[in-house]
Amino acid sequence: MSDHAALNVAAAGFDAIAEEVSGPRGAKPRRVLSRRNIFLYGTLILIAVYYLLPLYVMFVTSLKGMPEIRLGNIFAPPVEITFEPWVKAWATACTGLNCDGLSRGFWNSVRITVPSVIVSIIIASVNGYALANWRFKGADIFFIILIVGAFIPYQVMIYPIVIILREMGLYGSLWGLVIVHSIFGMPILTLLFRNYFASVPEELFKAARVDGAGFWAIYFKIMLPMALPIFVVAIILQVTGIWNDFLFGVIYTKPDTYPMTVQLNNIVNSVQGVKEYNVNMAATILTGLVPLIVYFASGRLFVRGIAAGAVKG
Amino acid sequence: MSSVSVKDLSLNFGHISVLKDLNLDIAEGEFLVLLGPSGCGKSTLLNCIAGLLDISDGQIFIKGKNVTWEEPKDRGIGMVFQSYALYPQMTVKGNLTFGLKNAGVAKDEIERRVARTADILQIQPLLERKPSQLSGGQRQRVAIGRALVRDVDVFLFDEPLSNLDAKLRSELRVEIKRLHQKLANTMIYVTHDQIEALTLADRIAVMKGGLIQQLDTPHAIYNHPVNRFVAGFIGSPGMNFLEGQLETGAGAVVKIGNMPVPIDRYVFSGSSQQHTGATVLGIRPEHIAFGDGAGAMPFSHEVDIEIVEPMGSDTLVWTRLDGQSLSFRVEAERPLQAGDRVRIGFDPARASLFDSATGNRI
Repeated sequence: MSDHAALNVAAAGFDAIAEEVSGPRGAKPRRVLSRRNIFLYGTLILIAVYYLLPLYVMFVTSLKGMPEIRLGNIFAPPVEITFEPWVKAWATACTGLNCDGLSRGFWNSVRITVPSVIVSIIIASVNGYALANWRFKGADIFFIILIVGAFIPYQVMIYPIVIILREMGLYGSLWGLVIVHSIFGMPILTLLFRNYFASVPEELFKAARVDGAGFWAIYFKIMLPMALPIFVVAIILQVTGIWNDFLFGVIYTKPDTYPMTVQLNNIVNSVQGVKEYNVNMAATILTGLVPLIVYFASGRLFVRGIAAGAVKG
Repeated sequence: MSSVSVKDLSLNFGHISVLKDLNLDIAEGEFLVLLGPSGCGKSTLLNCIAGLLDISDGQIFIKGKNVTWEEPKDRGIGMVFQSYALYPQMTVKGNLTFGLKNAGVAKDEIERRVARTADILQIQPLLERKPSQLSGGQRQRVAIGRALVRDVDVFLFDEPLSNLDAKLRSELRVEIKRLHQKLANTMIYVTHDQIEALTLADRIAVMKGGLIQQLDTPHAIYNHPVNRFVAGFIGSPGMNFLEGQLETGAGAVVKIGNMPVPIDRYVFSGSSQQHTGATVLGIRPEHIAFGDGAGAMPFSHEVDIEIVEPMGSDTLVWTRLDGQSLSFRVEAERPLQAGDRVRIGFDPARASLFDSATGNRI
């Protein structure tokens, strides 16, 4: 929005100057169908089509009935559009003993993702703020340990975490998985926030201290209002990461509490009876819808946040 | 009673000693400038006084109270930063009142102080604006206001004018001086700009390598620098240094090559009268006479002009004396050209003599 406004102002100013200068006006004429443009856009369109083809197949297949699918022409658009597969995927597809479709998994995923994202971002942002601005004794060691933690392979930690959760009585529950996600998100999120807060001028922090603001006052009144872009980045990273997670979901929950991805797998990989391709396709699209929406809704903010110091430091 | 007093202050970052046993007494209402090149520790010292850095050793007193381990807010200081450091999401008024609200000052008192500050700095029309809508000069005014509004005893300035362009800088410099005359607060001002230091300061502390080299009035620092570093750092264009030999006894002279410069009127510092041997004679370009006046000086000599640098109000002329580079100032009207042979002279009483080995004044 603001960019457009600025452009308009700039354009108006430019017109004013142009009016004073005699001679040809307006932008330099450019041929739309130059050889360069044809080559450039041709390549881009070709690659885009190539990448979108699977999505297209998924989408048209999900709208076909089984008889039509058996004809074998996967690229053909549906002759008779039916939403039956979508309804079935969402509400009645069976996994094991449960026959309430993906809806159960969807709500499980929501109940896992929302608290995990909130908890991990709250802790990581305070962590990052403390590491960047309050140079407490041992801050560097703490930071190194945290970052090294990010490089330890998951496989090493899977079984110990099973034992820890069992001892805490959280094994198989949603809250157990929430804790696991929060912990595993910590290194990268802390790094993200630390680098962002480190890019905030140090004098701002000093000024706030002279003004009598303490640890929390500076965090809430000075740093938080400036950190919106990086919060958006963190939310996107966490929502998509946790929503797409399969490994932790399948290990640390049980059939009643399976997240959507695990349930999708169980629907698609069920070996009994006929393979219902249309239902599988609908279920897959449904599962991928949340990260897709998150990306589309916040793409611009995401790019701005990444550019605003996420990699600086 | 001194307003700010620093006793044996040391600061180490790991094994690196940044400040070494500093002692400093600043009188009530004094304008003290900490001056030095980058990395000399002047900003660090200011941050220590503000309480933004924990010191390794020593004590800091403000108004007679030991504040060595007090929080910045409890020290009775206001601080102005180089980058203005205004809170970007708050209005000007929000910036001014943030500290007061943290301190729990009553609402009508806050209003009264904001009005007074805005009045002094003439920023009433800006109160509802965001910092991003202000120019550099306006921002720094607001930053000064943020210190002013806190009603503190001591003002700390950390290179407040360095981010401004030359014209604004000189305007705000005058304004800061006016502010000091009006408020009569103690002010400690860090800068690397000697013009700011000379124009603003009651006293200047010239720093280098974490040590105070000289602490004195601008006049004394300009005319009687204690060592070669201070002599070379203060003054623009810089002081000339001529290598020579000091010969004391009846009719003491410094021999520059084979030219004797009589120094019988030079006032030696302390007990260094017995000094002989390798000596550096320092003389400022503006203290060298030229033309008719030169012959009347205790020392004069004919030289060839090498380079003429017109600087507007006056002209800097480069020449050589005994093969050593020497510059002097003449009025801009003088028609001089490279290759001219002229007579220059100076009064050694205005010169400074330094020990070649230690660089200290003798």
